Formats: sequence, structure tokens, C-alpha cells
Amino acid sequence: MLKELFFIIIGSVLVNNFVFSRFLGNCPFLGVSSKTETAVGMGMATTFVLTMTAVAAYFIQNFILVPFGLAPFLQIVSFILVIASLVQLVEMVVLKISPALYNAFGIYLPLITTNCIVLAVALLIPQKNYNLIESTIFGVGAGLGFTLALILMSGIREDLEFSDVPDALKGPAIVFITAGLLAMIFLGFAGLVPL
Amino acid sequence: MDLILISTLSMAGLGLVLGGGLVLASKKFAVENDPRVDRVLEALPGANCGACGFPGCSGLAKAIVEGKAPINACAVGGSSVSQKVASIMGVSDTGASTDKKIARVLCQGGNKEAKLKSDYRGVKSCRAASLVNGGPKGCPFACIGFGDCEKVCPFDAITMSDDGLPVIDEEKCTGCGLCVKECPKFVIALVPERNEVHVRCRATMKGRDTRDVCSMGCIACKRCEKACPFDAIHVVNNVAAIDYAKCRNCMKCVEVCPSKTITSAFAERKKAFIDDKCIGCTICAKNCPANAITGEIKKKHVVNQDICIGCGICEEKCPKGAITMERAGQKAENRCS
Repeated sequence: MLKELFFIIIGSVLVNNFVFSRFLGNCPFLGVSSKTETAVGMGMATTFVLTMTAVAAYFIQNFILVPFGLAPFLQIVSFILVIASLVQLVEMVVLKISPALYNAFGIYLPLITTNCIVLAVALLIPQKNYNLIESTIFGVGAGLGFTLALILMSGIREDLEFSDVPDALKGPAIVFITAGLLAMIFLGFAGLVPL
Repeated sequence: MDLILISTLSMAGLGLVLGGGLVLASKKFAVENDPRVDRVLEALPGANCGACGFPGCSGLAKAIVEGKAPINACAVGGSSVSQKVASIMGVSDTGASTDKKIARVLCQGGNKEAKLKSDYRGVKSCRAASLVNGGPKGCPFACIGFGDCEKVCPFDAITMSDDGLPVIDEEKCTGCGLCVKECPKFVIALVPERNEVHVRCRATMKGRDTRDVCSMGCIACKRCEKACPFDAIHVVNNVAAIDYAKCRNCMKCVEVCPSKTITSAFAERKKAFIDDKCIGCTICAKNCPANAITGEIKKKHVVNQDICIGCGICEEKCPKGAITMERAGQKAENRCS
């Protein structure tokens, strides 16, 4: 049991990292990764949303959608509903607890709603037949994987500020190249755990 | 049938639970806001077009309250919104730069008028086409005609004509300026709404070169310059340019333009009408640049409607307020496309 959970968390953080091997959530990944401080905050907020979504998705799938036979056509609608509400909740909490963080997130906080990682986690859980604990761990893993990607990227980008980038590659171009290289590095984790 | 009922009920239930949760959370985590932000936000149009440079109307509302943006920063709302915002913020609306502007297309080089120099078969986007040797049209200033402006307009005010030129619906245009930024050829400009006469060409080539590539282009003949009674139009860099502050919509330049580059709504040209309040002071007759007003001293004056150019000077000068400017309508052909 513990072994399987460990595999799930390693699998979602490293091997099948949502940003680097599934290429999901690229917008906030590139948008909020310019400073490590905001990257950590964004990662935490997304992890929270992902965990809550995973739990909610499990319950909705197994107690509403499957028993009533609605799963084939209401899955996306209901998951989006949950995700949107959860993001609203996170937004309120962040605004209350740390207005500075709220300002640093800017538009990216409400954009967690449209972060495809969140919907992907919700949709993958029924696909993989995870139970409640596995779903939660999967959500946490996905969030940690996203946070890891953000922190790695922001660290590199902070250094990039001081490096001599060729004129043609300045700005988004070098960021995309860096992201591509990181994705290739993450290929090295392939086969680390049996999936 | 059951399935529909169950799915509707379950979704409604889910929505209700989540919505209720959010209501509770918003009570619990309520943050004291400056109440003015909400009121300013209410006054703003709510189109979230981003033309002000802030992320949506809420961003602008916050910036206005914090004093980072002027009260008239919303171009879309115009003076009515800026007045409301001014009253909320407790400052007086100076009215500066609230003169409403709308977008106008300053090119008539459609598919028929402008010659093509190449056959462009790439992506149907003006921006992409303009990167390939300045676009397919022979005139480097011409509208490319793939309708990037149409796509970017959040108010559906722009439609592309069959001729491949954007047509702006003046009723719908809010003057947000997004199309102006989008156009790679700078063909669209924001101009004051009250101005009806426009030089619809921006080509700075010599007259003959312009004529070679477009039948509607400005050939810099300077006839408009000579015809203008108000010194409001000048040929600069081989193209006529109107000083919108001086132009009084008299449309004299439109009449003389040989290439029909200068356009205006001819049917809407105003005419002066003198009513019985006239005391025969002759001030109007002296000031009329077209000599359209005649009459003996101390007798009611008459406007020769065929000569009147509708500049409105007499209306301003009349000490008795006896002159009104009205649309004559159906007078001449409508040359504005």
C-alpha cells in the first residue's frame, strides 16, 4: 500500500511531471516563474487547489456521477464547477491572509481555474481507478510537481537576468528554450517507477 | 427522461452546495475594501476591453481610486462615465480629453482600387502578410484587408466590406483604440467624433507614384489646401492632412478633391437657417466665408442654400441666436463609402 502511494507521488512529481512531460499548465508556468518568491506562492496555491480538486473529484465521480450513470457526459462540467469554486475560495483566503501575495499573483490566481493540470488531475483519477487516499496523494503529487517545475524555472530565470543572452533570443525565446531543456532533463526519470 | 432529470438535479444540487460554500467563505474571509472601488467599478462600462492599459475594469477602478489613473482614463465610457467617476471621487470633471473619439479607416485602397504587387497565399492575417515584403498591395501604406481589426474589436463595430476594407459602425464604436493598435499598417486612427471630413489616404509617395498603385490615393495636388476657408488642411509629405481642431466640416475640400481621397457624409452637410429673430445686423453676412448670406441692413437676411457650406460661423457670430444649423439632407450624393 505504502509502496504504491510512493510510486504515485514519484510518478506525478518526477516521471510524469505535469509541466515537463505532459506539457500542461504552461501558461502559469511561464507567467509566474520570473521570481522564486511568487513561484513558491503560486505553487502552494495550485497544490492546495489540486489536492482539494482531487478529493472532490473522487467523491463526485464515485458518489454522484457513477451511481447515476452521468459519468460519460457530465464529468467535465461538474469538475469545472468544483475547480472554479475552489479557486474562488483560494482567492478569498489568499486575499485575506496575504494581500501582498495576492497582488504578486495578479491575474494568474483566478487563472488556476483554467490551469489544465487541475482538470487533468480530476479527469485522470477516474481513469486510473484511484481510491480516496491514492487520489489525494495524486493531487498532492501533481501540485508538488508543478511547484518543483516553477521553482526550478524561476531559479534559472533569475540567473538568466544576469547572463548575456543573444539579442535574437532575449525574452520569451530563451525562456521557451530553457523550458524545453528542462523537459528533456526530466526524460531522464522515465522508467524510475513502474507505472 | 429520467437521466435528464437526474443530471439536472445533481448539477443544480452541486452548484447550490458549492455556491453556498462560497457565500459562507466570502462572509468569513471578507476583506474591507475601499467602497469607492466598487462604486467606480459600477460606473465603468464593464466591457473589460483593456484599452485603458489596466487588466479589465476592476483594475482601472482600483487605479482610479488609488490616484494612479485619471478619472477619464476610460475611453470607451467617454464623458458620461468620467462624470460619474468624478462625482464618486469628489473631484470636478475638467472635461479635458473627454471629447469622444471614434476609429476611422484612413485608406480607400480596396481590392478594386489598389493594385497588387504580389499574390499572397500565406496565413490570412494582416500582421503576417505585412511581414512579407510589406504586404501584397502595391502601396506600402494600404490596408491589407484580412480583417485583423475586425477580429480584435470587442464591440463588433468593424466589418470587412466585399472590397476588402474595414467599415466602422459609428454607433457601435466606443473609441477603445484596440483596432488602432492591431493594424500593422496604421490605417485606422482615432479621431474626434464631431469631425466628419477625412483624408482617407496616408501614402507619402510622390503624387505620380501614388496614382500608379491606387486610384483613390492622395496625389498632393493641393487643391484642398486652396479651397479650405479655415486653413485647416495642408499637404505635408505629399499627403493632405486635416487639422481636426480647425476643421469645421464645411466639406469644401471634399468638393474639389479630384481623386475623391477626401470623404465626408455629404448628405449630412449642415445648412444655416435664419429665423425671425434676425434684426438685420449684417454680422453674419460679413463673416460668411462663402458669401452665402445676403440681405439689407435691418431686414431679415437670407441664406443661399446652394452656396452655404455649413461651417457654422454665422451661428456663432449671430448676436441674437437667430441662426440654426440643420441637416439639409438628400442634397448631394453621398460620397463617403
